[in-house]
Amino acid sequence: MANPYLIHPATIVQKIREAEDINTYRVQLVDEQTRQHFRFKAGQFNMVYLFGVGEVAISIVSDPDEPQLLDHTIRAVGRVTKAIAELQPGDVLGIRGPFGQGWPLEEARGRNVVIVTGGLGCAPVVGAIEYIFRHRRAYGPVRIIHGVKTPKDLLYRERFESWGRFPDTEVLLTSGQSDKTWHYHIGVVTELFERVTIDPGNSIVLMCGPEIMMRLGVPILMRRGIPETAIYLSLERHMECGIGLCGHCQMGPYFLCKDGPVMRYDRVEQWLGRTGV
Amino acid sequence: MTSDMHGILPKSSLQQLLDALSTKGYRIVGPMVRDGSVVWETVRSVSDLPIGWRDQQEPGRYRLEQTGSHEVFGVVHGPQSLKQFVFAPREPLVQIERTKDGFTARPTLPQSEKVAIIGARACDLAGLATQDRIFLDGACRDPYYASRREGLFVIAVNCTRALSTCFCASMETGPRARSGFDLELTEVDDQLLIAAGSEAGRDLLSNLSLSTGSEQLSVEAATRIEACAHSQARRLDHSRLPQALYDAHGHPRWDEVAGRCLACANCTMVCPTCFCHTVEETPDLSHQHTTHVRLWDSCFTQEHGYIHGKNVRPTIKDRYRMWLTHKLASWIDQFGASGCVGCGRCITWCPVGIDLTEELSALLTPSEQQSVTSRRPEASGG
Repeated sequence: MANPYLIHPATIVQKIREAEDINTYRVQLVDEQTRQHFRFKAGQFNMVYLFGVGEVAISIVSDPDEPQLLDHTIRAVGRVTKAIAELQPGDVLGIRGPFGQGWPLEEARGRNVVIVTGGLGCAPVVGAIEYIFRHRRAYGPVRIIHGVKTPKDLLYRERFESWGRFPDTEVLLTSGQSDKTWHYHIGVVTELFERVTIDPGNSIVLMCGPEIMMRLGVPILMRRGIPETAIYLSLERHMECGIGLCGHCQMGPYFLCKDGPVMRYDRVEQWLGRTGV
Repeated sequence: MTSDMHGILPKSSLQQLLDALSTKGYRIVGPMVRDGSVVWETVRSVSDLPIGWRDQQEPGRYRLEQTGSHEVFGVVHGPQSLKQFVFAPREPLVQIERTKDGFTARPTLPQSEKVAIIGARACDLAGLATQDRIFLDGACRDPYYASRREGLFVIAVNCTRALSTCFCASMETGPRARSGFDLELTEVDDQLLIAAGSEAGRDLLSNLSLSTGSEQLSVEAATRIEACAHSQARRLDHSRLPQALYDAHGHPRWDEVAGRCLACANCTMVCPTCFCHTVEETPDLSHQHTTHVRLWDSCFTQEHGYIHGKNVRPTIKDRYRMWLTHKLASWIDQFGASGCVGCGRCITWCPVGIDLTEELSALLTPSEQQSVTSRRPEASGG
């Protein structure tokens, strides 16, 4: 097996501004052979590296059918991500990956797909959404529910709007605060659960966002009849290695970098919301 | 010598064993007295070994004393397990050079060095086996660990004296070395019973002039090892783990122990199995070269559970609970065996003498306050 710590240079081919401190970096692996062999699943992540600064775990947000170009949406929030924010197209990042378990897109075939996200939590699901619409007929009705704190926190606005134009697809957006650009719901994500039409017995839920949103949201979905084994969450912890060795990303018995980040709800239920886990 | 498997080496001939190892190209590492403790150092002659020394260990206390005897392996152990020989405290992983159009990276695998360790205890071997499961048997075999592991030759010494902090008998890891050694020694007065545990061990034994083992001496050795097991006052009841500890998440004892714990991380550093590590970027002054270096980390640090603006384990209580629950419970789910081998180092080297066997037994005793599981509001809502 290849050395899991080896870092592969990747050129930034495009930098897309998503919000004040958030950019999407579209990168291409420099080495031809590495690029040809790179495959990933929606929901997996890469360790993204900046020379002399360090690495950070970032989910791959692009369509897994196009693994030649890899999109990473990064908020400038820490030491590494703030330094990455200074980069421009043509600059070189490093990539290790892909790591972890992605979304259950095979299992979701033929079923209603309910996607619930909050804030930057929509990023890890974007690749799955793109994949589903590329294979639209393989999936049942799609419901996308997304919440933000304020209208300026809405990423991928055009994408959300274009997804809404696919057949048998509903996109419901909400913001905690409003402004004159906002013509969607005002309030929290869970309020929108009542508004979507779903077939609970034949649905699969993909959920990603603040843990509190998931913790409060899941019981509401379950009350609507969705079984806990049909609910998948993408969870977040400090990650350094990506291969279940560095120990930081533990949640109960799991290493979220390798057993997750996408976990079926019934497997993590007892750990979610436990203090200090 | 009755067979090629075992025999008796008079203690006066121990140098023969060291010489045979040197001839085979091994660097010999053994316990040596250093700064009031015993550490692993390169050994050239038998006189380097801690002859006549014994260690006394208690919660938060380590003392060496010279007894004046000819005992070679009287010191049970020091703060170091075998961990450092395979999972290096500081391991360069990848070297990266800046180029005009980016950078190039290459792995910095350590040279496999032939190291023979003399004096490993049964608990240390169990710790090594635990680390093997983590670094070698998982989906991602760690090439750095594998390289260091490959060159290791281990000479175990069976324990005939237990420390007050030992509880290997209850963890079923000692005091007799069970597996994972190349040679096994038992010191009985002026004799060393020696046996091979691997092909390399058998090969080495064939180079030594051993005398035939008397039945009586073997019986005496077994009796002393057995007595050592029985003398252990501490024990850890793992029969209800992992679930009982998961269920104790809301136990008030966590608050009590958190009031004593300093979060100094000593327990994780001396633990033979703790494997948490961090990766540090170490650019040189020219900013043209940098190395990715793996360093031992500890779940007791502030940074361990930190993720952009939020710490999932902000308090010492959270961190002590994380450590103990991982070590004794979730480890079983992750790797099929306990993360504790019963060496007692975390008890001895804890500056305030926290004893995990005592903590576990308190945590498994139901408390009336148990049912109140605290749920702390999240720092950032959504």
